[in-house]
Amino acid sequence: MEIARRQATILEAIQLGCVRGDRRLFSGLNFSLLPGTFVQLTGPNGSGKTSLLRILCGLLAPAEGEVRWQGANIRSLGEEYFTFTTYLGHRHGIKDELTGIENLRVSNGLNGVEISEQLARSVLTTMGLAGRETIPARLLSEGQRRRVALARLIVCGTKLWLLDEVLTSLDKAATALIRSLIEEHLAKGGIAIVATHQEFELKSASIQRLELAT
Amino acid sequence: MFRWIVWRELILAWRRRADVLSTVFFFVIVVSLFPLGIGPEAQLLRSIAPGVVWVAALLASMLSLGRLFANDYQDGTLEQMLLTPQPLYLVVLAKTLAHWVIAEIPLVLIAPLLGVQFDLSNDTLLLLFLTLLLGTPVLSLIGSVGAALTLGLRGSGVLISILVLPLYIPVLIFGAGGVEASIMGTSPQSHIYLLSALTVLSLTFAPWAAASALRISLE
Repeated sequence: MEIARRQATILEAIQLGCVRGDRRLFSGLNFSLLPGTFVQLTGPNGSGKTSLLRILCGLLAPAEGEVRWQGANIRSLGEEYFTFTTYLGHRHGIKDELTGIENLRVSNGLNGVEISEQLARSVLTTMGLAGRETIPARLLSEGQRRRVALARLIVCGTKLWLLDEVLTSLDKAATALIRSLIEEHLAKGGIAIVATHQEFELKSASIQRLELAT
Repeated sequence: MFRWIVWRELILAWRRRADVLSTVFFFVIVVSLFPLGIGPEAQLLRSIAPGVVWVAALLASMLSLGRLFANDYQDGTLEQMLLTPQPLYLVVLAKTLAHWVIAEIPLVLIAPLLGVQFDLSNDTLLLLFLTLLLGTPVLSLIGSVGAALTLGLRGSGVLISILVLPLYIPVLIFGAGGVEASIMGTSPQSHIYLLSALTVLSLTFAPWAAASALRISLE
């Protein structure tokens, strides 16, 4: 049983520690995740939720310990690891001067996923942005810009989603949409780690909670 | 991936034309101030022309370096670029290439026109164009390292010029030297060779250095 579980594990954190400035945010953090797992990351402000997500996506090197993807340290996987992950931080990662369609096509193009203008348009329609696909992002509201950023999740096709405070400034309809996207992702054997203070309910999968203390 | 970045940078530059034009105007004005200040002494103007045009080109390209990574850093798109499944030096190379096309090529094209104010002969104007064409990629490449190192720091504008301008000195010497040689009637060949060597050298190492600097800046 134990061996089977270890083989199925795809994301593992081993004795992770994080130090920002001269403050130790957390240390000795261990977990292993099976495909189809949803993790809700909670904790007070400044407890290291964003830092943990940045370590897991490979932007930040952990002060101690390591992250393993399918048994290999993500540091040694290098760029290959990024084909499995999508990280959305609190900064949207969209350009104000580009339209919704251009933003979506460029961010996917950078990840090696070429999508047609037609597909980009239909994805944005799904995200509730019909009629606003061709105006520059700077003219969109905060929530709409977040929708453009989140539209990437529909087409990215990655296995590990790391979402930092995704639900802020989203309305009820958009929150429900994200929830159904995540459910679909989990059903396909993906992993989602979401840092959020809001209650998150999923129909299908169980929610694991990871709480960081100060 | 490479073409997506270049395409993106070109569109962004087009939608923010004012930024590009201000750099070009700065270059034109700085170069034009000298003949106006010195007066119509053809001999003197001819001898200072290479230095003046080249120094103005260095300063103008400094102006645009701040934008190379800073805007993308602020809206989080740089972060996303670091997370793409391509080697980061290719991303940096694409962005630097786009910067060269957007910010340097206009200077290269307009420089021969400005050279006329200094009473330069046709051969010399051609050489001015050629040395700038060969030397400006070095400005973008070395500049990308400086821009990556100073990313997110306060007062990065001043810091970047302190870091990068001394590294521009070899380009300035050989670039202006080549034009000067042609005015003196000697062969500019050695200067051109050395300038090409500098371009190849910085093309090889600068993207790596800038990529490492970016990783550190974004931690």
